[in-house]
Amino acid sequence: MKVTGKDVAYVAALANLELSDEERDRMSRDLNSILEYVDRLSELDTDRVLPMAQVSDRYELQSQKESDCFAYAIREDIKEGLRKSLPHDVAVKNAPDTDGTFFEVPKVIER
Amino acid sequence: MPSAWTIDDVRSAIADGRTTASALAGQFYDRIKKEDSDVGAFLTLCEERALAQARRIDAMAEAGEPLPPLAGVPVAIKDVMVTSGVRTTAGSKILENFIPPYDCTAVARLEAAGAVILGKLNCDEFAMGSSNENSAFHPVHNPRDKSRVPGGSSGGSAAAVAAGMAVVTLGSDTGGSIRQPASFCGVVGLKPTYGRVSRYGLIAFASSLDHIGPFAKTVKEAALVLGAIAGRDPMDPTSANISVPDYVAELENPVRGLKVGVAKEYFGSGLDPEVRAAVEAAIQKLAELGCEVVPVSLPHTEYAIPTYYIVATAEASSNLARYDGVRYGFRAKANTLSEMYRRSRDGGFGMEVKRRIMLGTYALSAGYYDAYYLKAQKVRTLLTRDFDEAFEGVDVIAAPTCPTPAFRLGEKVNDPLAMYLADIYTVTANLAGIPGISIPCGESHEKLPIGLQFFGRHFDEATVLRVAHAYEQSR
Repeated sequence: MKVTGKDVAYVAALANLELSDEERDRMSRDLNSILEYVDRLSELDTDRVLPMAQVSDRYELQSQKESDCFAYAIREDIKEGLRKSLPHDVAVKNAPDTDGTFFEVPKVIER
Repeated sequence: MPSAWTIDDVRSAIADGRTTASALAGQFYDRIKKEDSDVGAFLTLCEERALAQARRIDAMAEAGEPLPPLAGVPVAIKDVMVTSGVRTTAGSKILENFIPPYDCTAVARLEAAGAVILGKLNCDEFAMGSSNENSAFHPVHNPRDKSRVPGGSSGGSAAAVAAGMAVVTLGSDTGGSIRQPASFCGVVGLKPTYGRVSRYGLIAFASSLDHIGPFAKTVKEAALVLGAIAGRDPMDPTSANISVPDYVAELENPVRGLKVGVAKEYFGSGLDPEVRAAVEAAIQKLAELGCEVVPVSLPHTEYAIPTYYIVATAEASSNLARYDGVRYGFRAKANTLSEMYRRSRDGGFGMEVKRRIMLGTYALSAGYYDAYYLKAQKVRTLLTRDFDEAFEGVDVIAAPTCPTPAFRLGEKVNDPLAMYLADIYTVTANLAGIPGISIPCGESHEKLPIGLQFFGRHFDEATVLRVAHAYEQSR
Protein backbone atom coordinates (compact mmCIF):
# COMPACT_ATOMS: atom_id res chain seq x y z
CA MET A 1 0.00 0.00 0.00
CA LYS A 2 1.55 3.26 -1.14
CA VAL A 3 -1.21 5.57 0.05
CA THR A 4 -1.96 5.21 3.75
CA GLY A 5 -4.96 6.47 5.68
CA LYS A 6 -2.76 9.26 6.97
CA ASP A 7 -1.89 10.30 3.39
CA VAL A 8 -5.57 10.38 2.50
CA ALA A 9 -6.34 12.65 5.44
CA TYR A 10 -3.42 14.94 4.54
CA VAL A 11 -4.37 15.20 0.85
CA ALA A 12 -8.05 15.71 1.71
CA ALA A 13 -7.05 18.64 3.90
CA LEU A 14 -4.96 20.12 1.05
CA ALA A 15 -7.95 19.78 -1.27
CA ASN A 16 -10.42 21.26 1.23
CA LEU A 17 -12.41 18.04 1.43
CA GLU A 18 -13.64 16.44 4.63
CA LEU A 19 -14.61 12.91 3.49
CA SER A 20 -16.53 10.46 5.66
CA ASP A 21 -14.75 7.45 7.22
CA GLU A 22 -16.28 5.26 4.56
CA GLU A 23 -15.11 7.61 1.79
CA ARG A 24 -11.59 7.64 3.22
CA ASP A 25 -11.38 3.85 3.18
CA ARG A 26 -12.62 3.69 -0.36
CA MET A 27 -10.33 6.50 -1.42
CA SER A 28 -7.17 4.82 -0.16
CA ARG A 29 -8.21 1.57 -1.88
CA ASP A 30 -8.97 3.35 -5.20
CA LEU A 31 -5.89 5.60 -5.15
CA ASN A 32 -3.64 2.61 -4.52
CA SER A 33 -5.12 0.65 -7.38
CA ILE A 34 -4.87 3.62 -9.79
CA LEU A 35 -1.32 4.56 -8.73
CA GLU A 36 -0.18 0.98 -9.10
CA TYR A 37 -1.31 1.19 -12.72
CA VAL A 38 0.30 4.63 -13.15
CA ASP A 39 3.63 3.29 -11.90
CA ARG A 40 4.31 1.71 -15.28
CA LEU A 41 5.38 5.21 -16.39
CA SER A 42 8.62 4.63 -14.46
CA GLU A 43 9.58 1.98 -17.08
CA LEU A 44 10.32 4.85 -19.48
CA ASP A 45 13.58 6.74 -19.48
CA THR A 46 12.59 10.38 -19.72
CA ASP A 47 15.76 12.05 -18.46
CA ARG A 48 16.29 13.93 -21.72
CA VAL A 49 12.64 14.58 -22.50
CA LEU A 50 11.14 18.02 -22.00
CA PRO A 51 7.84 18.15 -20.14
CA MET A 52 4.81 19.30 -22.10
CA ALA A 53 2.27 21.47 -20.29
CA GLN A 54 0.00 21.97 -23.24
CA VAL A 55 -0.07 21.39 -26.95
CA SER A 56 0.01 25.00 -28.11
CA ASP A 57 3.54 25.27 -26.71
CA ARG A 58 4.53 22.93 -29.52
CA TYR A 59 3.16 25.10 -32.29
CA GLU A 60 5.47 27.83 -31.09
CA LEU A 61 8.44 25.48 -31.22
CA GLN A 62 7.58 24.25 -34.68
CA SER A 63 7.67 27.56 -36.47
CA GLN A 64 8.11 31.20 -35.68
CA LYS A 65 5.24 32.20 -37.90
CA GLU A 66 2.79 29.90 -36.23
CA SER A 67 3.60 31.46 -32.89
CA ASP A 68 1.55 34.41 -34.12
CA CYS A 69 -1.39 32.02 -34.02
CA PHE A 70 -1.43 32.27 -30.24
CA ALA A 71 -1.13 35.91 -29.45
CA TYR A 72 -1.32 35.24 -25.74
CA ALA A 73 -0.86 38.70 -24.41
CA ILE A 74 -2.83 40.70 -26.92
CA ARG A 75 -6.53 40.42 -26.28
CA GLU A 76 -8.56 42.39 -28.81
CA ASP A 77 -11.13 43.32 -26.22
CA ILE A 78 -8.66 44.96 -23.86
CA LYS A 79 -6.46 46.74 -26.37
CA GLU A 80 -8.49 49.88 -25.72
CA GLY A 81 -8.64 49.46 -21.98
CA LEU A 82 -10.19 47.03 -19.58
CA ARG A 83 -13.04 44.81 -20.66
CA LYS A 84 -16.26 45.76 -18.98
CA SER A 85 -16.93 43.84 -15.78
CA LEU A 86 -20.28 42.28 -15.01
CA PRO A 87 -22.70 44.77 -13.45
CA HIS A 88 -22.63 44.49 -9.66
CA ASP A 89 -26.17 43.14 -9.28
CA VAL A 90 -25.50 40.44 -11.90
CA ALA A 91 -22.22 39.43 -10.26
CA VAL A 92 -23.86 38.71 -6.90
CA LYS A 93 -27.01 37.12 -8.31
CA ASN A 94 -25.81 33.53 -7.78
CA ALA A 95 -24.36 34.23 -4.35
CA PRO A 96 -25.52 31.88 -1.57
CA ASP A 97 -25.39 34.82 0.85
CA THR A 98 -25.05 38.51 0.00
CA ASP A 99 -26.04 41.88 1.35
CA GLY A 100 -26.30 43.17 -2.22
CA THR A 101 -22.83 44.70 -2.13
CA PHE A 102 -20.60 41.95 -0.76
CA PHE A 103 -20.50 38.16 -0.66
CA GLU A 104 -21.15 37.23 2.98
CA VAL A 105 -19.28 34.37 4.66
CA PRO A 106 -18.92 33.10 8.23
CA LYS A 107 -16.71 35.22 10.44
CA VAL A 108 -13.03 34.88 9.42
CA ILE A 109 -11.27 36.66 12.29
CA GLU A 110 -12.21 36.12 15.90
CA ARG A 111 -11.65 39.14 18.07
CA MET B 1 -38.45 6.06 -34.76
CA PRO B 2 -35.52 8.46 -34.95
CA SER B 3 -36.32 11.77 -36.54
CA ALA B 4 -35.17 12.01 -40.14
CA TRP B 5 -34.38 15.73 -40.05
CA THR B 6 -30.95 16.79 -41.23
CA ILE B 7 -29.59 20.34 -41.22
CA ASP B 8 -30.19 20.57 -44.99
CA ASP B 9 -33.79 19.33 -44.59
CA VAL B 10 -34.47 21.95 -41.94
CA ARG B 11 -33.01 24.84 -43.95
CA SER B 12 -34.81 23.97 -47.16
CA ALA B 13 -38.14 23.26 -45.42
CA ILE B 14 -37.99 26.67 -43.71
CA ALA B 15 -36.77 28.49 -46.83
CA ASP B 16 -39.57 26.92 -48.94
CA GLY B 17 -42.20 27.66 -46.32
CA ARG B 18 -43.00 23.96 -45.75
CA THR B 19 -42.48 24.47 -42.04
CA THR B 20 -41.41 27.20 -39.65
CA ALA B 21 -38.63 27.23 -37.10
CA SER B 22 -41.30 27.71 -34.41
CA ALA B 23 -43.34 24.71 -35.56
CA LEU B 24 -40.23 22.57 -35.77
CA ALA B 25 -39.09 23.55 -32.28
CA GLY B 26 -42.57 22.60 -31.04
CA GLN B 27 -42.31 19.19 -32.73
CA PHE B 28 -38.94 18.53 -31.12
CA TYR B 29 -40.23 19.51 -27.68
CA ASP B 30 -43.16 17.12 -28.16
CA ARG B 31 -40.74 14.40 -29.07
CA ILE B 32 -38.51 15.13 -26.06
CA LYS B 33 -41.51 15.01 -23.72
CA LYS B 34 -42.51 11.66 -25.18
CA GLU B 35 -39.12 9.97 -25.57
CA ASP B 36 -36.85 11.39 -22.91
CA SER B 37 -38.55 9.90 -19.85
CA ASP B 38 -36.75 6.59 -20.44
CA VAL B 39 -33.57 8.04 -22.01
CA GLY B 40 -32.79 10.88 -19.58
CA ALA B 41 -30.74 12.97 -22.02
CA PHE B 42 -32.01 16.39 -20.95
CA LEU B 43 -31.46 18.19 -17.65
CA THR B 44 -33.07 21.53 -18.55
CA LEU B 45 -35.33 22.75 -21.36
CA CYS B 46 -35.22 26.41 -22.38
CA GLU B 47 -38.41 26.82 -24.40
CA GLU B 48 -38.58 30.58 -23.99
CA ARG B 49 -35.11 31.13 -25.43
CA ALA B 50 -35.72 28.57 -28.19
CA LEU B 51 -39.01 30.07 -29.30
CA ALA B 52 -37.63 33.62 -29.29
CA GLN B 53 -34.82 32.48 -31.61
CA ALA B 54 -37.26 30.49 -33.77
CA ARG B 55 -39.43 33.58 -34.21
CA ARG B 56 -36.38 35.58 -35.33
CA ILE B 57 -35.61 32.94 -37.97
CA ASP B 58 -39.25 32.81 -39.07
CA ALA B 59 -39.32 36.59 -39.47
CA MET B 60 -36.20 36.40 -41.66
CA ALA B 61 -37.71 33.64 -43.79
CA GLU B 62 -40.95 35.56 -44.15
CA ALA B 63 -39.08 38.70 -45.20
CA GLY B 64 -37.21 36.65 -47.80
CA GLU B 65 -33.85 37.43 -46.19
CA PRO B 66 -30.94 35.03 -46.76
CA LEU B 67 -30.98 32.42 -43.99
CA PRO B 68 -27.87 31.70 -41.92
CA PRO B 69 -26.28 28.23 -42.27
CA LEU B 70 -28.04 26.62 -39.28
CA ALA B 71 -31.33 28.55 -39.58
CA GLY B 72 -33.99 26.96 -37.40
CA VAL B 73 -31.94 23.82 -36.65
CA PRO B 74 -32.99 22.36 -33.27
CA VAL B 75 -29.82 21.78 -31.24
CA ALA B 76 -28.97 21.00 -27.62
CA ILE B 77 -25.92 21.67 -25.50
CA LYS B 78 -24.00 19.56 -23.00
CA ASP B 79 -24.55 21.08 -19.59
CA VAL B 80 -20.90 22.01 -19.15
CA MET B 81 -21.25 25.01 -21.48
CA VAL B 82 -22.68 28.09 -19.80
CA THR B 83 -25.86 29.63 -21.17
CA SER B 84 -26.93 33.10 -20.14
CA GLY B 85 -30.10 32.91 -18.06
CA VAL B 86 -30.42 29.14 -18.51
CA ARG B 87 -29.45 26.88 -15.60
CA THR B 88 -26.08 25.18 -16.11
CA THR B 89 -25.17 22.39 -13.69
CA ALA B 90 -22.15 20.51 -15.11
CA GLY B 91 -24.11 17.46 -13.91
CA SER B 92 -23.23 18.42 -10.33
CA LYS B 93 -25.18 19.18 -7.17
CA ILE B 94 -22.70 21.95 -6.46
CA LEU B 95 -24.09 23.91 -9.44
CA GLU B 96 -27.67 22.62 -9.20
CA ASN B 97 -29.15 26.14 -9.14
CA PHE B 98 -26.46 28.06 -11.05
CA ILE B 99 -27.80 30.54 -13.62
CA PRO B 100 -24.83 31.83 -15.66
CA PRO B 101 -24.64 35.52 -16.54
CA TYR B 102 -23.02 34.93 -19.97
CA ASP B 103 -22.90 32.58 -22.96
CA CYS B 104 -20.17 30.13 -23.92
CA THR B 105 -18.62 31.30 -27.23
CA ALA B 106 -19.48 28.05 -29.05
CA VAL B 107 -23.11 28.37 -27.96
CA ALA B 108 -23.27 32.03 -28.98
CA ARG B 109 -21.77 31.16 -32.38
CA LEU B 110 -24.28 28.36 -32.95
CA GLU B 111 -27.12 30.73 -32.15
CA ALA B 112 -25.62 33.44 -34.37
CA ALA B 113 -25.62 30.85 -37.17
CA GLY B 114 -29.38 30.46 -36.68
CA ALA B 115 -29.58 27.36 -34.47
CA VAL B 116 -32.45 27.00 -32.00
CA ILE B 117 -31.22 25.84 -28.58
CA LEU B 118 -33.76 23.44 -27.09
CA GLY B 119 -32.04 22.75 -23.79
CA LYS B 120 -29.13 21.41 -21.79
CA LEU B 121 -27.93 17.83 -21.84
CA ASN B 122 -27.06 15.38 -19.10
CA CYS B 123 -23.43 14.35 -18.59
CA ASP B 124 -21.06 12.89 -16.05
CA GLU B 125 -20.41 15.33 -13.22
CA PHE B 126 -17.87 17.92 -14.44
CA ALA B 127 -17.43 15.68 -17.53
CA MET B 128 -15.66 13.08 -15.39
CA GLY B 129 -16.75 9.65 -16.48
CA SER B 130 -17.13 7.21 -19.35
CA SER B 131 -20.70 6.01 -18.83
CA ASN B 132 -22.79 9.03 -17.77
CA GLU B 133 -23.50 7.21 -14.49
CA ASN B 134 -21.66 9.96 -12.59
CA SER B 135 -24.39 12.52 -13.29
CA ALA B 136 -25.61 13.85 -9.94
CA PHE B 137 -29.16 13.88 -11.34
CA HIS B 138 -29.88 10.68 -13.22
CA PRO B 139 -28.11 8.32 -15.62
CA VAL B 140 -28.69 8.38 -19.39
CA HIS B 141 -29.87 5.22 -21.13
CA ASN B 142 -28.50 4.29 -24.55
CA PRO B 143 -31.38 4.74 -27.04
CA ARG B 144 -30.14 1.71 -28.99
CA ASP B 145 -30.46 -0.57 -25.93
CA LYS B 146 -31.81 1.00 -22.79
CA SER B 147 -30.06 -1.49 -20.49
CA ARG B 148 -26.74 -0.09 -21.76
CA VAL B 149 -24.81 3.08 -21.00
CA PRO B 150 -24.66 5.77 -23.71
CA GLY B 151 -20.98 6.34 -22.95
CA GLY B 152 -19.62 9.43 -21.33
CA SER B 153 -19.07 11.98 -20.38
CA SER B 154 -21.22 13.53 -23.16
CA GLY B 155 -23.80 10.73 -22.87
CA GLY B 156 -26.80 13.05 -23.14
CA SER B 157 -25.37 14.72 -26.26
CA ALA B 158 -24.93 11.38 -28.05
CA ALA B 159 -28.26 9.97 -26.88
CA ALA B 160 -30.22 13.08 -27.91
CA VAL B 161 -28.97 12.81 -31.51
CA ALA B 162 -29.41 9.02 -31.60
CA ALA B 163 -33.02 9.33 -30.35
CA GLY B 164 -33.87 12.20 -32.71
CA MET B 165 -34.46 14.66 -29.87
CA ALA B 166 -32.10 17.21 -31.48
CA VAL B 167 -30.65 17.41 -35.00
CA VAL B 168 -27.17 18.15 -33.71
CA THR B 169 -25.67 18.68 -30.25
CA LEU B 170 -22.49 20.01 -28.71
CA GLY B 171 -20.36 17.98 -26.33
CA SER B 172 -16.95 18.27 -24.75
CA ASP B 173 -14.05 15.83 -24.99
CA THR B 174 -11.22 15.74 -22.43
CA GLY B 175 -10.22 12.08 -22.85
CA GLY B 176 -12.74 10.74 -25.35
CA SER B 177 -15.99 12.19 -24.02
CA ILE B 178 -17.32 13.02 -27.50
CA ARG B 179 -15.96 10.10 -29.54
CA GLN B 180 -16.68 7.29 -27.05
CA PRO B 181 -20.41 8.10 -26.57
CA ALA B 182 -20.75 8.71 -30.33
CA SER B 183 -19.39 5.19 -30.83
CA PHE B 184 -21.71 3.67 -28.20
CA CYS B 185 -24.83 5.40 -29.56
CA GLY B 186 -24.11 4.97 -33.29
CA VAL B 187 -23.70 8.64 -34.25
CA VAL B 188 -20.89 10.89 -35.52
CA GLY B 189 -18.79 12.74 -32.92
CA LEU B 190 -15.89 15.09 -33.68
CA LYS B 191 -13.16 16.35 -31.36
CA PRO B 192 -11.36 19.16 -33.18
CA THR B 193 -7.71 20.22 -32.76
CA TYR B 194 -6.82 21.89 -29.46
CA GLY B 195 -7.26 25.60 -30.18
CA ARG B 196 -9.69 25.14 -33.09
CA VAL B 197 -12.80 25.95 -31.00
CA SER B 198 -12.83 28.48 -28.18
CA ARG B 199 -13.19 27.06 -24.68
CA TYR B 200 -14.59 30.32 -23.29
CA GLY B 201 -17.62 29.41 -21.21
CA LEU B 202 -16.78 25.71 -21.08
CA ILE B 203 -16.72 24.78 -17.39
CA ALA B 204 -13.09 23.77 -16.96
CA PHE B 205 -12.14 20.18 -16.13
CA ALA B 206 -8.56 19.87 -17.49
CA SER B 207 -7.73 23.02 -19.43
CA SER B 208 -4.93 21.60 -21.58
CA LEU B 209 -7.10 18.65 -22.66
CA ASP B 210 -10.65 20.10 -22.86
CA HIS B 211 -12.22 20.47 -26.32
CA ILE B 212 -15.71 21.37 -27.58
CA GLY B 213 -17.11 19.57 -30.63
CA PRO B 214 -20.28 18.45 -32.42
CA PHE B 215 -22.43 15.32 -32.49
CA ALA B 216 -24.52 14.66 -35.62
CA LYS B 217 -26.10 11.88 -37.66
CA THR B 218 -23.79 12.53 -40.63
CA VAL B 219 -20.23 13.71 -41.21
CA LYS B 220 -21.47 16.57 -43.37
CA GLU B 221 -23.55 17.96 -40.51
CA ALA B 222 -20.60 17.69 -38.13
CA ALA B 223 -18.55 19.64 -40.71
CA LEU B 224 -21.23 22.34 -40.92
CA VAL B 225 -21.37 22.75 -37.15
CA LEU B 226 -17.59 22.82 -36.82
CA GLY B 227 -17.48 25.61 -39.43
CA ALA B 228 -19.95 27.61 -37.34
CA ILE B 229 -18.14 27.30 -33.99
CA ALA B 230 -14.45 27.26 -35.04
CA GLY B 231 -12.01 30.15 -35.10
CA ARG B 232 -10.17 32.64 -32.99
CA ASP B 233 -11.91 34.07 -29.95
CA PRO B 234 -10.21 36.86 -28.00
CA MET B 235 -11.81 35.48 -24.83
CA ASP B 236 -9.76 32.27 -25.08
CA PRO B 237 -6.05 32.97 -25.50
CA THR B 238 -5.44 29.33 -26.48
CA SER B 239 -7.84 29.58 -29.43
CA ALA B 240 -5.77 29.70 -32.58
CA ASN B 241 -5.74 32.52 -35.09
CA ILE B 242 -5.77 30.12 -38.02
CA SER B 243 -8.32 30.59 -40.79
CA VAL B 244 -11.33 28.25 -40.84
CA PRO B 245 -11.70 26.41 -44.16
CA ASP B 246 -15.04 25.60 -45.79
CA TYR B 247 -15.22 22.11 -44.31
CA VAL B 248 -18.34 21.14 -46.26
CA ALA B 249 -16.86 22.15 -49.64
CA GLU B 250 -13.73 20.12 -48.90
CA LEU B 251 -15.73 16.95 -48.14
CA GLU B 252 -16.12 16.17 -51.82
CA ASN B 253 -12.39 16.21 -52.63
CA PRO B 254 -11.26 12.73 -53.72
CA VAL B 255 -9.71 10.37 -51.18
CA ARG B 256 -7.87 8.33 -53.82
CA GLY B 257 -4.17 8.30 -52.97
CA LEU B 258 -4.61 9.43 -49.36
CA LYS B 259 -2.42 7.51 -46.96
CA VAL B 260 -4.30 5.89 -44.08
CA GLY B 261 -2.10 4.76 -41.20
CA VAL B 262 -2.93 1.71 -39.11
CA ALA B 263 -1.13 1.26 -35.79
CA LYS B 264 -0.86 -2.24 -34.34
CA GLU B 265 -0.93 -0.74 -30.84
CA TYR B 266 -4.65 -0.03 -31.35
CA PHE B 267 -5.45 -3.65 -32.19
CA GLY B 268 -3.89 -5.43 -29.21
CA SER B 269 -5.32 -7.54 -26.41
CA GLY B 270 -8.55 -6.27 -24.88
CA LEU B 271 -10.04 -5.38 -28.26
CA ASP B 272 -13.40 -7.08 -28.75
CA PRO B 273 -13.22 -9.43 -31.78
CA GLU B 274 -16.38 -7.99 -33.32
CA VAL B 275 -15.03 -4.44 -33.00
CA ARG B 276 -11.75 -5.55 -34.56
CA ALA B 277 -13.55 -7.23 -37.47
CA ALA B 278 -15.75 -4.18 -38.14
CA VAL B 279 -12.82 -1.74 -38.04
CA GLU B 280 -10.64 -3.98 -40.23
CA ALA B 281 -13.48 -4.27 -42.75
CA ALA B 282 -13.78 -0.47 -42.77
CA ILE B 283 -10.05 -0.12 -43.46
CA GLN B 284 -10.40 -2.63 -46.29
CA LYS B 285 -13.23 -0.48 -47.67
CA LEU B 286 -10.94 2.57 -47.63
CA ALA B 287 -8.37 0.59 -49.64
CA GLU B 288 -11.11 -0.18 -52.17
CA LEU B 289 -11.83 3.55 -52.37
CA GLY B 290 -8.24 4.11 -53.46
CA CYS B 291 -6.59 4.98 -50.15
CA GLU B 292 -3.20 3.54 -49.47
CA VAL B 293 -3.15 1.65 -46.16
CA VAL B 294 0.20 2.07 -44.42
CA PRO B 295 1.36 0.46 -41.15
CA VAL B 296 2.52 3.01 -38.57
CA SER B 297 3.87 2.71 -35.07
CA LEU B 298 2.69 4.61 -31.99
CA PRO B 299 4.97 2.86 -29.51
CA HIS B 300 4.01 4.75 -26.34
CA THR B 301 0.27 4.08 -26.60
CA GLU B 302 0.23 1.74 -23.59
CA TYR B 303 1.36 4.66 -21.41
CA ALA B 304 -1.47 6.95 -22.50
CA ILE B 305 -4.02 6.08 -19.79
CA PRO B 306 -1.64 6.49 -16.83
CA THR B 307 -0.32 9.75 -18.34
CA TYR B 308 -3.83 11.03 -18.93
CA TYR B 309 -5.12 10.22 -15.45
CA ILE B 310 -2.26 12.14 -13.85
CA VAL B 311 -2.37 15.20 -16.13
CA ALA B 312 -6.18 15.40 -16.18
CA THR B 313 -6.65 14.97 -12.43
CA ALA B 314 -3.85 17.41 -11.59
CA GLU B 315 -5.47 20.08 -13.73
CA ALA B 316 -8.90 19.19 -12.36
CA SER B 317 -7.77 19.53 -8.75
CA SER B 318 -6.68 23.06 -9.55
CA ASN B 319 -9.69 24.01 -11.69
CA LEU B 320 -12.21 22.72 -9.17
CA ALA B 321 -10.66 24.68 -6.31
CA ARG B 322 -12.99 27.53 -7.32
CA TYR B 323 -16.05 25.70 -5.95
CA ASP B 324 -15.89 26.90 -2.38
CA GLY B 325 -19.46 28.00 -1.68
CA VAL B 326 -18.60 31.72 -1.62
CA ARG B 327 -19.71 33.39 -4.86
CA TYR B 328 -22.04 30.84 -6.44
CA GLY B 329 -23.09 27.23 -6.09
CA PHE B 330 -23.98 25.10 -3.11
CA ARG B 331 -23.03 26.33 0.36
CA ALA B 332 -23.23 24.11 3.44
CA LYS B 333 -24.03 25.54 6.86
CA ALA B 334 -20.90 26.05 8.93
CA ASN B 335 -19.51 28.15 11.77
CA THR B 336 -16.14 29.03 10.29
CA LEU B 337 -14.96 29.85 6.80
CA SER B 338 -12.69 26.83 6.39
CA GLU B 339 -15.44 24.53 7.65
CA MET B 340 -17.76 26.12 5.10
CA TYR B 341 -15.32 25.42 2.25
CA ARG B 342 -14.87 21.78 3.26
CA ARG B 343 -18.52 21.02 3.94
CA SER B 344 -19.70 22.75 0.77
CA ARG B 345 -17.28 20.73 -1.34
CA ASP B 346 -18.01 17.53 0.58
CA GLY B 347 -21.75 17.92 0.09
CA GLY B 348 -21.58 19.32 -3.44
CA PHE B 349 -19.19 16.93 -5.21
CA GLY B 350 -19.89 13.29 -6.04
CA MET B 351 -17.52 10.37 -5.42
CA GLU B 352 -15.77 10.33 -8.81
CA VAL B 353 -15.10 14.08 -8.68
CA LYS B 354 -13.67 13.74 -5.17
CA ARG B 355 -11.56 10.78 -6.30
CA ARG B 356 -10.06 12.82 -9.14
CA ILE B 357 -9.47 15.87 -6.97
CA MET B 358 -7.69 13.60 -4.47
CA LEU B 359 -5.58 11.87 -7.13
CA GLY B 360 -4.65 15.20 -8.74
CA THR B 361 -3.83 16.84 -5.42
CA TYR B 362 -1.71 13.83 -4.47
CA ALA B 363 0.17 13.92 -7.80
CA LEU B 364 0.94 17.62 -7.33
CA SER B 365 1.82 17.45 -3.64
CA ALA B 366 5.32 17.93 -2.27
CA GLY B 367 7.40 14.79 -2.68
CA TYR B 368 5.25 13.32 -5.48
CA TYR B 369 5.30 16.10 -8.09
CA ASP B 370 8.40 14.81 -9.92
CA ALA B 371 7.43 11.16 -9.74
CA TYR B 372 3.91 11.69 -11.05
CA TYR B 373 3.05 15.05 -12.57
CA LEU B 374 6.42 15.92 -14.13
CA LYS B 375 6.85 12.33 -15.29
CA ALA B 376 3.43 12.36 -16.94
CA GLN B 377 4.19 15.67 -18.69
CA LYS B 378 7.35 14.13 -20.13
CA VAL B 379 5.55 11.01 -21.32
CA ARG B 380 2.99 13.35 -22.89
CA THR B 381 5.83 14.69 -25.03
CA LEU B 382 6.71 11.15 -26.11
CA LEU B 383 3.08 10.35 -26.98
CA THR B 384 2.83 13.54 -29.04
CA ARG B 385 6.11 12.76 -30.84
CA ASP B 386 4.71 9.34 -31.78
CA PHE B 387 1.96 11.12 -33.72
CA ASP B 388 4.33 13.71 -35.23
CA GLU B 389 6.47 10.90 -36.60
CA ALA B 390 3.53 8.86 -37.85
CA PHE B 391 2.03 11.85 -39.66
CA GLU B 392 5.26 12.32 -41.60
CA GLY B 393 4.20 9.26 -43.58
CA VAL B 394 0.40 9.25 -43.51
CA ASP B 395 -2.52 11.70 -43.84
CA VAL B 396 -4.85 10.12 -41.28
CA ILE B 397 -4.73 7.21 -38.83
CA ALA B 398 -7.62 4.76 -38.55
CA ALA B 399 -8.40 2.95 -35.29
CA PRO B 400 -11.27 1.61 -33.22
CA THR B 401 -12.91 4.30 -31.06
CA CYS B 402 -13.49 1.96 -28.10
CA PRO B 403 -12.35 -1.55 -27.25
CA THR B 404 -15.95 -2.79 -26.86
CA PRO B 405 -19.51 -1.81 -27.72
CA ALA B 406 -21.64 -0.13 -25.02
CA PHE B 407 -21.48 -1.93 -21.66
CA ARG B 408 -24.37 -2.38 -19.24
CA LEU B 409 -25.45 0.20 -16.70
CA GLY B 410 -23.81 -0.67 -13.39
CA GLU B 411 -21.22 -2.97 -14.97
CA LYS B 412 -18.13 -0.87 -14.17
CA VAL B 413 -19.46 1.50 -11.57
CA ASN B 414 -17.46 0.02 -8.69
CA ASP B 415 -14.15 -0.31 -10.51
CA PRO B 416 -12.74 3.12 -11.43
CA LEU B 417 -9.71 1.65 -13.21
CA ALA B 418 -11.86 -0.57 -15.47
CA MET B 419 -13.95 2.50 -16.29
CA TYR B 420 -10.81 4.52 -17.14
CA LEU B 421 -9.69 1.80 -19.56
CA ALA B 422 -12.80 2.45 -21.69
CA ASP B 423 -10.89 5.54 -22.91
CA ILE B 424 -7.79 3.64 -23.99
CA TYR B 425 -8.04 4.53 -27.72
CA THR B 426 -9.27 8.09 -27.29
CA VAL B 427 -7.09 9.82 -24.66
CA THR B 428 -4.03 9.98 -26.91
CA ALA B 429 -5.68 12.54 -29.22
CA ASN B 430 -6.36 14.82 -26.23
CA LEU B 431 -2.80 14.55 -24.95
CA ALA B 432 -1.43 15.33 -28.44
CA GLY B 433 -4.15 17.88 -29.27
CA ILE B 434 -4.86 16.31 -32.68
CA PRO B 435 -8.34 16.08 -34.22
CA GLY B 436 -10.31 12.82 -33.95
CA ILE B 437 -13.68 11.68 -35.21
CA SER B 438 -15.82 8.64 -34.46
CA ILE B 439 -18.28 7.38 -37.07
CA PRO B 440 -20.44 4.24 -37.09
CA CYS B 441 -18.90 1.27 -38.91
CA GLY B 442 -21.10 -1.67 -38.03
CA GLU B 443 -22.94 -3.49 -35.28
CA SER B 444 -22.23 -6.32 -32.87
CA HIS B 445 -24.32 -9.51 -32.85
CA GLU B 446 -26.39 -7.79 -30.14
CA LYS B 447 -27.13 -4.92 -32.57
CA LEU B 448 -24.90 -2.52 -30.63
CA PRO B 449 -23.13 0.16 -32.69
CA ILE B 450 -19.38 -0.01 -33.32
CA GLY B 451 -17.31 3.14 -33.90
CA LEU B 452 -14.44 3.78 -36.30
CA GLN B 453 -12.01 6.54 -35.37
CA PHE B 454 -9.80 8.72 -37.55
CA PHE B 455 -7.01 10.95 -36.24
CA GLY B 456 -5.46 13.75 -38.29
CA ARG B 457 -2.71 16.33 -38.18
CA HIS B 458 -3.11 19.47 -36.08
CA PHE B 459 -5.70 21.77 -37.71
CA ASP B 460 -6.35 19.28 -40.51
CA GLU B 461 -9.97 18.52 -39.63
CA ALA B 462 -10.72 18.88 -43.36
CA THR B 463 -8.88 15.65 -44.24
CA VAL B 464 -10.29 13.78 -41.23
CA LEU B 465 -13.81 14.80 -42.26
CA ARG B 466 -13.17 13.99 -45.92
CA VAL B 467 -12.05 10.41 -45.21
CA ALA B 468 -14.90 9.89 -42.75
CA HIS B 469 -17.39 11.24 -45.30
CA ALA B 470 -16.03 9.02 -48.08
CA TYR B 471 -16.31 5.95 -45.87
CA GLU B 472 -19.81 6.93 -44.71
CA GLN B 473 -20.98 7.39 -48.33
CA SER B 474 -19.57 4.01 -49.33
CA ARG B 475 -21.60 2.07 -46.76
